[in-house]
Amino acid sequence: MLSLIVFLPILAGLVILAVPSSQKQIIRIVSLLAAIAQGVLAVLIWRGYDASMPGIIAAEGGAPEGSFQFIERLPWINLDLGGFGSLNIEYFLGVDGLSITMVILTALISIIGVLSSWPIQKQVKGYFILYNLLATAMMGCFVALDFFLFYVFWELMLLPMYFLIGIWGGPNREYAAIKFFLYTLFGSVFMLLVMIGLYFSVIDPLTGNHTFSLVAMASQENYIKDAILGPESMMWRYAAFIVLFVGFAIKVPMFPFHTWLPDAHVEAPTPISVILAGVLLKLGTYGMMRINFPLFPEVFQASLYAIGVLGAINIIYGAFCALAQQDLKKMVAYSSISHMGYVLLGLAAANSEGMVGALYQMFNHGTITSMLFLLVGVIYDRAHTRQIDKFGGLASYMPVYAAVVTIAWFASLGLPGLSGFISEAFVFVGAFSSETTRNIAIVSVLGIVFGAAYLLWSLQRMFLGKRKADAAYDLEVDADGHEHIHFHDWKGKLDLDARELVMLVPLAVIVIFLGIYPMPVLGMLTSSINKLVEVLSPVVMTALN
Amino acid sequence: MFELPSGAEIQSIIATLKTGVGLFIPEIYLSVLFMLLIVVDLVVKGRKNNLLASLTVLGLAGSFFFISRQHAVKAAEIFFGMYVLDEFAVFFKYFFVLSGMLTVLVSVADDEFNRKVRSIGEYYALIVAMVVGMIMMASSVDLLMMFLSMELVGLTAYVLTGYRKDDARSSEGALKYLVYGAVSSGLMVYGFSLVYGMTGETNIMKIGAELALHGYDPLLMMLASLLIIAGFGYKIGAVPFHFWSPDVYEGAPTPITAYLSVGSKAAGFAILMRFFYVAIPHGGEPFQDIVGMDWVMLLIALSIGSMIYGNVVALWQKNVKRMLAYSSIAHAGYLLLGILVMDELGTQATLFYLLGYLLMNIGAFYVVILIANRTGSENLDDYRGLGRKMPLAGAALTVFLISLVGLPPTIGFVGKLMIFSALLAKGSVYIWLALIGVLTSVISLYYYMLIPLNMYLRESQQPDEAPAQGGMLHQAAIAVLMLLTIYFGLFFQPLTDFAKVSSSMLGLSIY
Repeated sequence: MLSLIVFLPILAGLVILAVPSSQKQIIRIVSLLAAIAQGVLAVLIWRGYDASMPGIIAAEGGAPEGSFQFIERLPWINLDLGGFGSLNIEYFLGVDGLSITMVILTALISIIGVLSSWPIQKQVKGYFILYNLLATAMMGCFVALDFFLFYVFWELMLLPMYFLIGIWGGPNREYAAIKFFLYTLFGSVFMLLVMIGLYFSVIDPLTGNHTFSLVAMASQENYIKDAILGPESMMWRYAAFIVLFVGFAIKVPMFPFHTWLPDAHVEAPTPISVILAGVLLKLGTYGMMRINFPLFPEVFQASLYAIGVLGAINIIYGAFCALAQQDLKKMVAYSSISHMGYVLLGLAAANSEGMVGALYQMFNHGTITSMLFLLVGVIYDRAHTRQIDKFGGLASYMPVYAAVVTIAWFASLGLPGLSGFISEAFVFVGAFSSETTRNIAIVSVLGIVFGAAYLLWSLQRMFLGKRKADAAYDLEVDADGHEHIHFHDWKGKLDLDARELVMLVPLAVIVIFLGIYPMPVLGMLTSSINKLVEVLSPVVMTALN
Repeated sequence: MFELPSGAEIQSIIATLKTGVGLFIPEIYLSVLFMLLIVVDLVVKGRKNNLLASLTVLGLAGSFFFISRQHAVKAAEIFFGMYVLDEFAVFFKYFFVLSGMLTVLVSVADDEFNRKVRSIGEYYALIVAMVVGMIMMASSVDLLMMFLSMELVGLTAYVLTGYRKDDARSSEGALKYLVYGAVSSGLMVYGFSLVYGMTGETNIMKIGAELALHGYDPLLMMLASLLIIAGFGYKIGAVPFHFWSPDVYEGAPTPITAYLSVGSKAAGFAILMRFFYVAIPHGGEPFQDIVGMDWVMLLIALSIGSMIYGNVVALWQKNVKRMLAYSSIAHAGYLLLGILVMDELGTQATLFYLLGYLLMNIGAFYVVILIANRTGSENLDDYRGLGRKMPLAGAALTVFLISLVGLPPTIGFVGKLMIFSALLAKGSVYIWLALIGVLTSVISLYYYMLIPLNMYLRESQQPDEAPAQGGMLHQAAIAVLMLLTIYFGLFFQPLTDFAKVSSSMLGLSIY
């Protein structure tokens, strides 16, 4: 099941390879079918998922079965390394509360992404092959339970992303693409070293061999005492934690490693922005929760304050930067940075409320930010500009668009009744109830204020009032005295067309529904989060040491 | 007064020679092939050279049969301690024959080369001669034999580099290669003579035993190691013995560039490993106290220098051949990492990395040639928009470059993984080397990606022409190389097992 959901897009990619490049519609439909099939599988997995099983670490006796679900575990590579035992790499997939949330999000965003790619005309065949490769890599990252496999998927994302930004991006795309590539590779090469170090430090209790299994790595009793990352070499454990954290933080992106994100977003085409903000950024925080923190819980406990502060900086710095942007897409990009800060803050709280809030925020940010980028794309398609100043009074000319924008914008600023509110509330409840992060939380609340400021201000400038003199569109008054606008060389429907509605309405429904009744998602992830908090708690650590 | 050997002695010498010859069949076969090619060239003079190329490829392929029979033979010295047959040597026999075959294939693909060169005959013969020389480099266990085989490789390589007599850059490269080669050989022989002076032996196993038994003068030993490393370092193209390589790589016919960057480099690594592991092992049991001179430190310096210099200087290259030349300096640095840990895992990693490097580097040069056939240039700017005109070649080149960076799922990634594993298996001693390794590979991403950047992200100035790909044979060949690069990046067990088996050398005491 999981293999299918991971490799379906690549299969679609192979099919597309065989289709002549002139058959653009067939290529699009094949991709869409693959994405929808992925979505169906995600729903099946969701229906079959038993929320009472926590995951995170192995069940009693060291076996992952009974804790993870939909497990697929096959030996992949088994190398004899002489004196170092044998190198065991497994094809090991499985889901728990952490990953299933992200699997559903990924499947959802993948469908939206294909729909949003529909208008792309340039090298359609190449585009969708790369897109499907990316979809496989993302999904693979979320279900891989073997570090080696995870790393392969993690790196596999880079190349398609590089080309997707670099070929189909805006004017400054070369710079943005290589910057993205270099930043993420910089983070992940250190991850490679930590991965090797962990491999030499961890023994799988079931086989007695060294292992790359993340499940085995998450149990501290599986570490060899005097190994390089064993419990006795604290210096290297700290170093490993920090470089892993930086590796994942680059993806989040966390201040001060965030500078690639605005560039990438501004240059990327709309669907790629959606994928980037909707799924890729989550991989950073997912990696922290799956790998970085459980593998080094004592270092995590020691760095709570630092992580909290970095989260707060992200929240406030991101909001300030967003406030200063003239380019709507850049504003949304910075708002992403700000909102991912909440995730970091929730993680730093290290209690159930905070962590639940963090994971739920990851899901919500995925849906809300996808909406934001789609909406930016809608107006950019029409006006060929994203300068906030070039608009004004759009609400009266494009009422449906304005309504959806309002929902998205308000969800983003955390209005009660919309999903963003619940996750942010959880984050703050968690952060306040933790001694370490209480002060940070108080400061971070400012972020909400600034968030409201930049969102409402942009809403006001673009949608309310009258058309500005230098607006990106012309005003026409017809015989009845009704005012209309039209954009230069835009032939389509002025307001949202059917395709755009198909993308936006489901997202809006999800955002509203999960704001009123969050249990479908929360129910899925709470037992895993509780387990994670337990694994990370200092009590367990002292018992082990 | 010189004493004539007795009949019994002569009998035993003849018997040794007989066994020796029996274990020397692949080399004899290849030498015969070399001569046959010259004769055939004389017969078919001036006519189609495809015959010669196919003959060479088939002839080289035939040697696999004789090489594969050597697995059954127990590792042994032959020809009175001059030469050795062990798994390590067999590995390199396969390796060099394979690289020779690929070079012939690449040579056939190079239109410009085939157009400009008047007589192609001795070209293929020389490639075969170089295969023989490299095999002998990997199998020599005597200082004299080592020197002789290195000179055989060197001399053929000089001629091949200067094979395009009409091209000034080719001649310049050959001359530079020759001058540098002469100097470094001289230094190396001086080092050899010092070692001989200290031990009175030329067989490296006896040298090792002698050093373990009697010790030596550390200062003299340091001087000797330094001089010998100059000779080997020149062959592997490591900093600071790299100065010849960018000019030679740029000037030589592209197939020869590929050949030198893989074959002669690997031969240098083979001889370096054998000499240092066997003759002056460092850190092994009997040598722990007496070996004060740390040649590992020298290799560390070489390795760091190569990784940093190669990768950084490559950033500014506008010519793809030159860029790959600098990148091959960097890869020499990574390979040295595997050697300096001095254990079985390290050797295994090095051998595996060499196999990966063979695939991806020859693959990259192959595509560079196909592109040059079309554009007539190796300049980065002329790669613009090629991704759409040559879809397969573009995709293949991207895969090879990604593999050279060391990203999964390619063989280059596994190679780096093995090398870094070997470093980290030593605990925290070599972590800093691994750090330099990964940081420089991030740098390498930038310049390698300049090629896909030009191929895909930029449009060419020329008007769009119909996609022309080059022959079916070459299409198939690069497709196979590309698929192998990915396949062995995911299922690398056969190759790593092979590398492990091959890491055993005769007379080894360190692992």
